[in-house]
Amino acid sequence: MNGKECFVQGNEACVRGALYAGLKFFAGYPITPSTEMAELLSELLPRHGGHFVQMEDELASMCAVIGASVTGCKSMTATSGPGFSLMQEALGYAVMAEIPCVVASVQRGGPSTGLATRVAQGDVNQARWGTHGEHSIIALTASGIQDVFSITVEAFNMAETYRTPVILLFDEVVGHMREKLLLPVEGEVPVVSRLRTAVKQGVNYHPYLPREDGRLPMSDFGGVHRYNVTGLYHDIWGFPTEKPEEVEKLLYHLVEKIETRADEIARWREYFLDDAKLVFISYGSAARSVLHLVTTLRGKGIRAGLLELQTLWPFPANLVRSRTEQARHVYVVEMNMGQVCAQVRQAVPRPDDVFLINRVDGQLITPTDIGNVMRVVEGRGF
Amino acid sequence: MAVRDFIRERFFPHIWCPGCGHGTTLNALLHAFDELGLDPCSLVMVSGIGCSARISGYVNVHSMHTLHGRALAFATGIKLARQDLNVVVPMGDGDATAIGGNHFIHAARRNINLTAILMNNRIYGMTGGQYSPMSGAGTLATTAPYGNIDRDFDAVKLAEGAGATFVARSTTYHVKELCSLLKKAILHKGFSVVEVMTQCPTYFGRKNRLGDAADMLRHYRDHTAPLDSPRLGENPGLIPRGIFVNREEPEYCESYEAIIRRVKE
Amino acid sequence: MEKYRFLLSGSGGQGIITMAILLAEAAAIYEGLTAVQSQVYGPEARGGATRSDVIVSDSAILFPKVTQPGVLVALNQSSFMKYGNLVRPGGLLLTDSRMVHPGGGLDARHVALPLYETVMAEFGRAQALNICTLGALIGLTGVISPSSAEKVLEQRFPRAAESNARALRLGLELAAGRAA
Repeated sequence: MNGKECFVQGNEACVRGALYAGLKFFAGYPITPSTEMAELLSELLPRHGGHFVQMEDELASMCAVIGASVTGCKSMTATSGPGFSLMQEALGYAVMAEIPCVVASVQRGGPSTGLATRVAQGDVNQARWGTHGEHSIIALTASGIQDVFSITVEAFNMAETYRTPVILLFDEVVGHMREKLLLPVEGEVPVVSRLRTAVKQGVNYHPYLPREDGRLPMSDFGGVHRYNVTGLYHDIWGFPTEKPEEVEKLLYHLVEKIETRADEIARWREYFLDDAKLVFISYGSAARSVLHLVTTLRGKGIRAGLLELQTLWPFPANLVRSRTEQARHVYVVEMNMGQVCAQVRQAVPRPDDVFLINRVDGQLITPTDIGNVMRVVEGRGF
Repeated sequence: MAVRDFIRERFFPHIWCPGCGHGTTLNALLHAFDELGLDPCSLVMVSGIGCSARISGYVNVHSMHTLHGRALAFATGIKLARQDLNVVVPMGDGDATAIGGNHFIHAARRNINLTAILMNNRIYGMTGGQYSPMSGAGTLATTAPYGNIDRDFDAVKLAEGAGATFVARSTTYHVKELCSLLKKAILHKGFSVVEVMTQCPTYFGRKNRLGDAADMLRHYRDHTAPLDSPRLGENPGLIPRGIFVNREEPEYCESYEAIIRRVKE
Repeated sequence: MEKYRFLLSGSGGQGIITMAILLAEAAAIYEGLTAVQSQVYGPEARGGATRSDVIVSDSAILFPKVTQPGVLVALNQSSFMKYGNLVRPGGLLLTDSRMVHPGGGLDARHVALPLYETVMAEFGRAQALNICTLGALIGLTGVISPSSAEKVLEQRFPRAAESNARALRLGLELAAGRAA
């Protein structure tokens, strides 16, 4: 990369990534620790010819984002746990109506108002199951400022590719921490544009008839095709249906377009895994502490490695299985009561060899915290 | 184009009960679109949930059937992103004044150029006749078997207080007047609200022994009067109809475009 | 190069976080080093004890927080009380001689400078206290060159470039001869 260097927070890196990906609309409501995104976009979006609006609450913010997206512009919002809870209703709408959009949720301590300014990773399952009904979702994360930028661009790309809301599940430490960011020049990182229908005016356009590859070309509101969008089960015209065969077909489509592509959607980083007997799995800011420890352990000749997940949903079970095959023990390090750990246990053949190392007191888990638990399990003094 | 071209015939018959006022509202709206000579590709209808919300699916424009109460929030996103489109938001009384009350007052406060049609039948019809914030004290509903103790909103005053720059009221009895008000509301630059008193003979009428649809329409005829009419002056118990607010104030999207121009200089 | 671990603290409104960002940004952008800056947010915007951590190194920085600072800056008494005992044995404690009155028993080199008084005498108001402190910090530790700090100040606050450069120099002068 040979772009401009800057020194920014994770929240700003997300904003820069979003603008790089072509963001044109943001609606949001202030909430710690994500507010910097709204502040920055209120300044930058008009300069890019885009629109920023501070809505009356998070319910409305998510709805406005979806509304803007149907007119053809890339749209996002940013929030944290309490606001993310309010967005779940409209998030489900975006899933059902297949409206591309991005929701950045910078995690803080919960439940409820919890710890407004402190770090946690307790919303992993909320991202997956926060909205009601069977469905599938994409959720991505990152541990460093450069990766926040890249994964944000990916989030927009995936939203367009799969016509789905994509969640960026950051955490307070990553959101507020500052590091150097190298801004790539235009064209350096691939950006996926909206796939628009080739159907001409006057010819029937079926907004919800997937192509053979499963993708659904869109037609912008305000364009030549007038169709219906609804949160109800709908037919290929977008009109409500209760026909069992149409209902079942749509639900399978919504789930399979994501779940069958879990390998394609998986993003990760791996460190020292080739011969690792102790495999750590972590994500977000916790992964930084793990990598610190793993580097120290390697310095002592201990075969430890790290699999840092950047895709949390669909859960990359194949990846986890293949990278832990030769592990004696698997340690999942996260700042919750084991939300990803439960997924790892389901993914591997020997779930009893998977151990949770966590911290849930609002403080970033430290390399020492992790090392202390590991020593107990390994029964050794290193 | 003809009025008929504005409807999606393949989705008829509609789901509304016989005698429901929503079809009359749809009729007035279609005529308003037609008489204004609007290009259907420039029209968006965004609705929430409830009997009223189904209206958007029947109209052959860009239509979005969204979440209960939140149509105005969706519409705000659409309008800000595509200001050349005419965005019409039909809502029920529960939609606009209960679950979506906050979105309603804030859309009005922003004075964003949307047209809200508040189809007020004073009841939750789709869920089977529960009281709404417009039912009023003393009415009966399936969730108010002993008589409703909830006081009602005056939607016109609510819209006015929240800053809407065009506020009007009519009924499904006064179809021509309704059509004319809808036209004015669509042409108005800023947030416009038209409250349509529309009968629900199936639930509100039956529960409250108001007779059939025709009786309810006669009630609208006899118990409402145009603003500034001598009848209204003589009988303040009547419900006023007409245009309550019609003034020009900075429109939200235009103000935003001014910001874009300023920062791009 | 060893890792420099700074814990900068003071009361809300003293510009602690800005000082931390300037230090880290100068290191990352103008010195080609690796730097991470983070902060602890409290609900209050003014008063209290504000804290910001900066780590500077020539290699990767993974754990972004400072648990045992090599350099502690405390610009008011309550932040000194809160963080004073965290400083690494043999580390450096920089305080304002008027705002902080430390007790004995510190296993750190304590440098108390009349930062506040100097800034007040020069500018008539305390706004540039953080920039003056940054100058002193650079003078004491040599973690970055003064010219990198000047560059970042110019870039971030172009309209206050002259007064900021003056405040920075005041800090450097106060620290002159006190570097370890």
